[in-house]
Amino acid sequence: MLGKTAGGLFWMFRYLERAENTARMIDAGLRISLTRSSAAESEWTSILQSTGLHGSYTAMHGAPDGPKIIDFLLRDPNNPGSIMAGIEAARENARVVRTALTREVWEAVNECYMVLKKALAEPVADRDLPRALQVIRQRSAFVRGASHGTMVRNDMYNFARIGTFFERADNTARILDQKYYILLPSVRLVGSPSDNVQWETILRATSTTRAYQTLHGGDIDPRVIAHFLILDGRLPRSLAFCYGKIGENLGYIAKEYGESKPCDALAEAICSRFEGQDMNAIFDYGLHEFIGDFLRDSTALGRQIEIDYRFSE
Amino acid sequence: MVNKPQYFDEMFGHGADPRPPYEAYCKWFNGENNARLLEKSEEAEALFRLVGVTFNVYGDPDATERLIPFDLVPRIIAAREWAKVAKGIEQRVRALNAFLHDIYHRQEIVRAGRLPAEMLARNEAFLAQMIGVAPPGDIYTHIVGTDLVRTGDDEFFVLEDNARTPSGVSYMLENRETMLHMFPELFSKNRVQSVNQYPNSLRKSLSACAPPACDGKPTLAVLTPGIHNSAYYEHAFLADQMGAELVEGHDLRVVDGRVAMRTTRGYKPIDVLYRRVDDDYLDPLTFNPDSMLGVPGIMDVYRAGGITIANAPGTGIADDKAIYSYMPDIVEFYTGEKAILQNVPTHRCSEPDALKYVLDNLAELVVKEVHGSGGYGMLVGPAASQKEIAAFRAKLEANPGNYIAQPTLALSTVPILTEAGLAPRHVDLRPFVLVSPDKIDITPGGLTRVALTAGSLVVNSSQGGGTKDTWVLEE
Repeated sequence: MLGKTAGGLFWMFRYLERAENTARMIDAGLRISLTRSSAAESEWTSILQSTGLHGSYTAMHGAPDGPKIIDFLLRDPNNPGSIMAGIEAARENARVVRTALTREVWEAVNECYMVLKKALAEPVADRDLPRALQVIRQRSAFVRGASHGTMVRNDMYNFARIGTFFERADNTARILDQKYYILLPSVRLVGSPSDNVQWETILRATSTTRAYQTLHGGDIDPRVIAHFLILDGRLPRSLAFCYGKIGENLGYIAKEYGESKPCDALAEAICSRFEGQDMNAIFDYGLHEFIGDFLRDSTALGRQIEIDYRFSE
Repeated sequence: MVNKPQYFDEMFGHGADPRPPYEAYCKWFNGENNARLLEKSEEAEALFRLVGVTFNVYGDPDATERLIPFDLVPRIIAAREWAKVAKGIEQRVRALNAFLHDIYHRQEIVRAGRLPAEMLARNEAFLAQMIGVAPPGDIYTHIVGTDLVRTGDDEFFVLEDNARTPSGVSYMLENRETMLHMFPELFSKNRVQSVNQYPNSLRKSLSACAPPACDGKPTLAVLTPGIHNSAYYEHAFLADQMGAELVEGHDLRVVDGRVAMRTTRGYKPIDVLYRRVDDDYLDPLTFNPDSMLGVPGIMDVYRAGGITIANAPGTGIADDKAIYSYMPDIVEFYTGEKAILQNVPTHRCSEPDALKYVLDNLAELVVKEVHGSGGYGMLVGPAASQKEIAAFRAKLEANPGNYIAQPTLALSTVPILTEAGLAPRHVDLRPFVLVSPDKIDITPGGLTRVALTAGSLVVNSSQGGGTKDTWVLEE
């Protein structure tokens, strides 16, 4: 396959995943502002920081303001990081790699674009917002489902999957990076309203509230949340899970090509941070430092994959 | 039912009863409800949008993707009618290839006094870089789209020979897919010759023209200018259907005397490049130095037999509108036979007598730029205002050599579906022809383009034309 195609698949699925993650974050922010309005401003700020768009938002709109942030993240044509811009970029990449996609995958991503283009043509009214966020999640799920059900399991599929998990892990890590301080063992003021709000934001922004309840019961314990999102291999949004998958998908490519590349070693090194690890050791090392190391290493891995498989020249 | 008797209507002729190829269709149609069919039209449009059969309009600042309107009344051609057309096209395409070989070698046709030397010398489409070059298999025009119009039961004219990079074949294929999807019952009532073998035939035909450097199974690729090109959908579609890579200039470079594409596993040589990039952009070292769409050095590889370029560079000379007027001579010169398909009588405005005639009769003529395409820069006299004619007259007088003129033909009509039922509209036809050393393969039918405005003769999609599925019936 062409290097450009590998890159196009990787980015198409990254953009889709990112749009979906941004929808989750809006959902979390919306929930907080509806139920705990006093905490809304600081939570919106941390959401903006997690998306990496705090600076551009502030430059354009100034102080955090719920409706403005929602419009900015959803559809603002001046925000290249909006959900709509992400879906457009995903579709543009899909057009570039059209020959690598099944008809079902192409139609799912094209329809996702057409439906959202219409739904997000104007600012979305409050009452329509939950529905709009649902449509975004649903449409990206269609693309994922079509890929899973129809794509041949070869290098193309693996590059698509690597893009998905790479973006997802990045997203989880950035949320943790924003909120690490309320997950530290020193924070034991269980029941403090402000902590409860922040824990809720973390779980909502990663769509893991229900999974947390199923696996850990109702009581929210920051240490358990940290373990859950970093080390729990059962959770499809945890760092350990995503990197397990990235390692596997890179391994399949190496096997298909009969050759191992430098990126394989980098991925393995990241995976080894999670395997057999426990939270105490991570806390001893420093949660903030651990996340920082992770983000730095994953950026390097992304660059190495791009070089090893000749995405561009 | 409206039917203008002055034009030949392919469904009703000059009368009120359907002509034989349309009998079964009309019987079906009369049992249908117009409102339901109009709903089906919308369904077809949604399907085209979903599949992404869209094009970008040049010069449109919004760069919005548009659909070419699809009319769901098929154009139906009897086997007998098609046989003659196909024979005529084959003869013409054979002559075109012989002509191209000749003008880039000994120029016998010029020596014989059948074509003025300045027709080549002054022509931008003539590529001096191709003189003496032998394309693999001696094929110049691997893919041809011959534009035909019909004026009567047995009257077909060739309007243009698209010998560079004819487009539209994906519409031929998608139109058929859409009809099969929406009206399966029609295909059990009519025995329609299939078109869906085209991508496979294209793959085989291109593979049969592999260059000397190819060992083993030829590697094919389609070269596109990229996703912003108006025909990108078609490029992706054909690559996909042939199982070939879809490449852009920046995916390619010359490695060890071959043109190679950058894959995840290194550079891999390409044997046959189906390029949808114009000559001028193909190689910045040989042609336009600013081109980012081509491959630096590809012409050297080509001349050394390292790659097949389809169509060959320099084939544009054969579909040049000034050369077109010599086509009856060209066909006769290379095949020894009279042309089966007629040429439209053409006045070359470069000739003083012809220019005078054209200037005196602008209101009755169609005037075209010699190198123009897509329906841009042309005057349709009978449809133009006084003011438009005056403006065109000035352009024509300033640069007569840039124009040819033709009489306005009484183009046949085929009905389209409107809210008021069937209504006749003018059509043309672009059959697609594949040329390899083994054979000339013509897909039965082609792309029917239809002027959607009543009375209009301009069918180009860039000028508001639509398309129809084209059926050639079995014997």
